Amino acid sequence: MSDMLLNVDKLEAWYDDAKILHGLSFALKKGEVLSLIGANGAGKSTLLKCICGLLLKKTGSIHFHGQPIHTQAANAIVARGIALVPEGRRLFPSLSVEENLILGGHVKRPGPWSLNTIYDLFPILNEKRHQPSTSLSGGQQQMVAIGRGLMSNPDLILLDELSLGLAPIIIKDIYAMLPRIVGNGLTAILVEQDVTRALACANQFLCLQEGRISLAGEPKAFTKDQISAAYFGMAA
Amino acid sequence: MIWVNTIIQGILVGGLYALFAAGLSLIFGVMRLVNIAHGDLIVAAAYLAWAVIYMTGLHPLLSLVLVIPLAMAFGYALQFYVLNRTLGRDILPPLLVTFGLSVILQNGLLELFSADSRKLNANALEAATFSPLPGVGIGYLPLLQFVVAIAVIAGLQFLFYKTALGRAFRAASDDSETAMLMGLDKRKVYAWAMALCLGVVAIAGVFIGMRANFDPAIGPGRLIFGFEAVIIGGLGNLWGTLAGGVILGVAQGIGAQIHPGFQVLAGHLVFLLVLAIRPRGLFPRMAG
Repeated sequence: MSDMLLNVDKLEAWYDDAKILHGLSFALKKGEVLSLIGANGAGKSTLLKCICGLLLKKTGSIHFHGQPIHTQAANAIVARGIALVPEGRRLFPSLSVEENLILGGHVKRPGPWSLNTIYDLFPILNEKRHQPSTSLSGGQQQMVAIGRGLMSNPDLILLDELSLGLAPIIIKDIYAMLPRIVGNGLTAILVEQDVTRALACANQFLCLQEGRISLAGEPKAFTKDQISAAYFGMAA
Repeated sequence: MIWVNTIIQGILVGGLYALFAAGLSLIFGVMRLVNIAHGDLIVAAAYLAWAVIYMTGLHPLLSLVLVIPLAMAFGYALQFYVLNRTLGRDILPPLLVTFGLSVILQNGLLELFSADSRKLNANALEAATFSPLPGVGIGYLPLLQFVVAIAVIAGLQFLFYKTALGRAFRAASDDSETAMLMGLDKRKVYAWAMALCLGVVAIAGVFIGMRANFDPAIGPGRLIFGFEAVIIGGLGNLWGTLAGGVILGVAQGIGAQIHPGFQVLAGHLVFLLVLAIRPRGLFPRMAG
């Protein structure tokens, strides 16, 4: 097998009868950071849900480490090494910060991430580890969500709208941590509304427009105008 | 001293009601499933104990060694193979299926054991009492029942807040989809919750069988008492469930003391009063 970690081929997906994704195909190498950009409703979060197994109504194929995962449920996929940091964080309100993190490590995959390394990355979480997760500020909750995703020691982490609802200064802090998160070879797919920030973090990008890939490649290979045209669906 | 005795007896009966309610509360808390068959499952557990005792000659309390694991295995299978299929956005399917299960259990027990009432013979334990005060008699069996109820609720509380399984229950209750993203198989989490519920149901069934006669038709009545204890105590609060059971038991005791016909009615009136004044119960779980 090649060094490809993820292969998505002719992926189509539906919410009830509404077709959201129209034949997406792309591949991701180990250690790459892929940014998914596109307007609201372009299908970015839907694509992440397909990869992590939350959206089951789909056709086409998704291979991870060369193995098909498109028919598997989310709990089986996380055990194979894919973690999702969901949009809106979705922490468990009845669990403390530490319990949220521990639950993230439920699948017990070997790797560098543990409670201690998460607390090294986000020291504030150590101070607040016994507090209910929802009593934290938005930025701290996002740290818990990222830490919870890392606790499963994934090979691929899906980061959905990390900046959603956060103050600019907090967003800056969160993104400052990203090189430490993906620095040790972790592969990532990043969905982000802030296109400039998304492209700055990525080796590769996919621009989605109404469920189709309108542009793809290395960010530096395209001009700002080309990316804008692909983003808004205008001829370049 | 009659009233003191009445209140003490009511508190002790409240332990049994708390046992009825604990499983109901557990299942509703974890998967938002209202189990209409809960009372019938308690009665079925009493019959299972009767059958085990009939075959082995064990004391009813010792029969729990077999009845609890058998009930738990049934609960796991029931949830995994039947009730999980009914859970979703629509609350109606689980209600209908558990209602159907209630009918099946009542008629199945009627076919197997007839309509004759039965009792689990606890021998000397049934009649043994002591008198801490003049005019106050406390039975060892009701006292044991109350202590067991406290132990069960303390055990459930510990399991919920100090163990990995409890963490999984709370996570699945908060957000089952995100719980799947943590690697939890919600079908198995729910099945373990039902197994645990049936373990408590088994204990309740054995105590109900030792305390009084039972027959296949008394399940719905136990369900009502369980519901009332849960609502009075407050949804999602296990210790509140114990308090709800005690309040219901005391209300029934006082009602019976006023007039024997008021026993059940007094419990219902207190339930309605709590529902009217505090619809979330006296000790609801705090949000967040």
